[in-house]
Amino acid sequence: MKTGSALAAPPATFTAAQGNGAGRYRAWLATAVVLSVLPHVPGLNTDFGHSLLSQMGIAAVFALSFNVLLGQTGLLSFGHAVYFGLGGYAAIHFMRAINHGLPVPIALVPLAGAAAGLLFGILFGSVTTRRSGTIFALISLGVGELVYAATFMLPGYFGGEEGITANRTRAPELFGLNFGSQLQVYYVIASWALVAAMLMHAFIRTPLGRMCNAIRDNPERAEFIGYNTQHVRFFAFAVAGLFAGLAGGLHAINYEIVAADSVSALRSGTVLLMAYIGGVTHFAGPVVGAITLTWLQISLSDYTAAWLLYLGLFFMAIILFAPSGLAGLIVMHAAVVRTKAFRRLLAAYAIALVPAAVMGTGAVLLIEMSYRLSTHPELGAKMRLLWIAMDTATPWPWIVAVVLLVAGFVAFRMTWRRVAAAWDRAGDEARGGRFGGGDGSAR
Amino acid sequence: MLELTAVSLLNGVVYGLLLFMLTSGLTLIFSMMGVLNFAHASVFMLGAYFSFQFGRWIGFWPALVLAPLACGLIGAAIERYGLRHVHTKGHVAEILFTFGLAYLIEELVTMLWGRNAVASSVPESIDFPLFALFGTSFPAYKGLMMAISVTMFAFLFLALKRTRIGLIIQAALTHPQMAGALGHDVPGLFVLVFAVGSALAGLAGVIGGVMWLTQPTLAHFVGPIVFVVVVVGGLGSLSGALIASMFIGIVQTFAVAVDYSLLDLFRVLGIGVTRASPLYEFYAIKVATAAPIVPYLLLVLMLIVRPRGLLGTRDA
Repeated sequence: MKTGSALAAPPATFTAAQGNGAGRYRAWLATAVVLSVLPHVPGLNTDFGHSLLSQMGIAAVFALSFNVLLGQTGLLSFGHAVYFGLGGYAAIHFMRAINHGLPVPIALVPLAGAAAGLLFGILFGSVTTRRSGTIFALISLGVGELVYAATFMLPGYFGGEEGITANRTRAPELFGLNFGSQLQVYYVIASWALVAAMLMHAFIRTPLGRMCNAIRDNPERAEFIGYNTQHVRFFAFAVAGLFAGLAGGLHAINYEIVAADSVSALRSGTVLLMAYIGGVTHFAGPVVGAITLTWLQISLSDYTAAWLLYLGLFFMAIILFAPSGLAGLIVMHAAVVRTKAFRRLLAAYAIALVPAAVMGTGAVLLIEMSYRLSTHPELGAKMRLLWIAMDTATPWPWIVAVVLLVAGFVAFRMTWRRVAAAWDRAGDEARGGRFGGGDGSAR
Repeated sequence: MLELTAVSLLNGVVYGLLLFMLTSGLTLIFSMMGVLNFAHASVFMLGAYFSFQFGRWIGFWPALVLAPLACGLIGAAIERYGLRHVHTKGHVAEILFTFGLAYLIEELVTMLWGRNAVASSVPESIDFPLFALFGTSFPAYKGLMMAISVTMFAFLFLALKRTRIGLIIQAALTHPQMAGALGHDVPGLFVLVFAVGSALAGLAGVIGGVMWLTQPTLAHFVGPIVFVVVVVGGLGSLSGALIASMFIGIVQTFAVAVDYSLLDLFRVLGIGVTRASPLYEFYAIKVATAAPIVPYLLLVLMLIVRPRGLLGTRDA
């Protein structure tokens, strides 16, 4: 576990994309350029690619709004999908009104979602933010279950299991946008996502945003200075609700349907995973997580029925070994990339990769065979894995898998020591700079 | 009316006792370690699956002992090899760790037993009516369930209040450092408490698996309600957990049996509400339909009236 804690020490800074004003504007400008070029990049310039990018944009806004709570204010919510979903429902009803003749362009629909998100954020937030910490987490879970159950009790507003549908093309056009193609939808989503990200980044730099950070780090001290922590939590909660509702509105435009699953505990859990895997201690972390998880979700679920299990394992690995998430790992490596020990580190990684791959192969074999047997027994015992045909009725595939797993694990533990040693060296070299300090976990 | 009341009350008590079995372990773990174990309901589910599997191999009665033991071992392993390392990284990391664990256990259960419910049924030896109440027979397994819950509460209470180890646990609850300084193995106690709490969840699982469908969504079905009970009862209070579980169990069972809506109330009061009225759909919800949200409404209400819970003594 020594290596774990070595890896767990992230840089002390909490907001990415910092630096002086000009640098920040340049970063946003670069983001805007990338966002506008992306749908024309080969591989992404298909309808599928545009749809993938749209989903990533929605997830990114949602994950960023979640991080206003977890990363900035230290509030762990298990029911953030409530504001996403209720925003989505408001937006879809707004779209229906537009379908019936309300003269508003579809591109403004997310505003209805944001308004609903804010409204419900204020409504539920006034109760849930009375407490912080563990109790807050439990209450958010309870509110999530409450709203989810309520969607089935009021089918007139929520449409029950089937949900509510609307049509994004039957609406007044603005700037020639008729939403006929997924590309147009993507551009609208990307624009909103960029605006939302900029606003949320600006929020952190307001006095209120700074107070959020203060009550995350030391609520007692903030109270002594004279701030009411409950009020700060409440305001942060309302802001998070607003942006979650905006994401829900984008979801409504993208899918033209909002159903009960959009307020479900599963979606609340997904956004938590996205934000945490991406890294809650960095502003861009949740975006990294949203992109990674959306991509994994779409690509892996084609290959394996067990992808949720892999996702869970990935999440646990992040919690145990890299609590500042993928963004934290990136920043950590960026800090030592110029040191002489970096090459040694790369070599150590390369060596450790071999047993890691062996271990992973063993685990994947075991998981896939068990999943196949338990969820699709009708397909029989013969299966094809990693281009190799095998018969799971015989003990051999199982023995091989277990041997690979155990041997890989033992060898990995041995080689990982080299990585830890290389890290210590690189850390020592970079220590003069900004390495060390800060516990990194979002408390 | 009397018949309905009596039967609902009895079923409510059974349900409440089962809830208590689940929450007692959770509360014990929380009050000692300050960790809210999100995977507690998942251990409960594992108990149900173990009892099904062991029951198939060696019969229900050995399973009643072995399944909780297996769950206890798993709980001990979770504490010793997982939580202890996450502990240093703060409370959020701890909750997230158990949350991830709950996620993993659900997937592992799917991997081992499939997505559909397994055919766990009431064992024949206790599948007979114990007595009849107004013509409704009360099955023996529910009687067994009540007996087990009550025995367990008595055991837990006595073990905590009357034994030496209980005394040390109580000391470690409030003053872990002091207890450690006096030479007691506090980390070892943590493992023990986690194991006992998980074993209790497993025991509840054996019984709950008979009552509810044993399927991978079982943990998600009971989990949120258990957390509500813990908050309503007051975090860390065993008696509070007992009162809250009985209350929620009985209220929810009664709610299921009530076939009225606000519309009926309005009719009695002489308030005219038609289909065209705003919120008509809301008024038309029958209490029975609203039963699943009763615990959560209670939670919100409790937070407004008394944020620390029924018998809670501290703000966590």
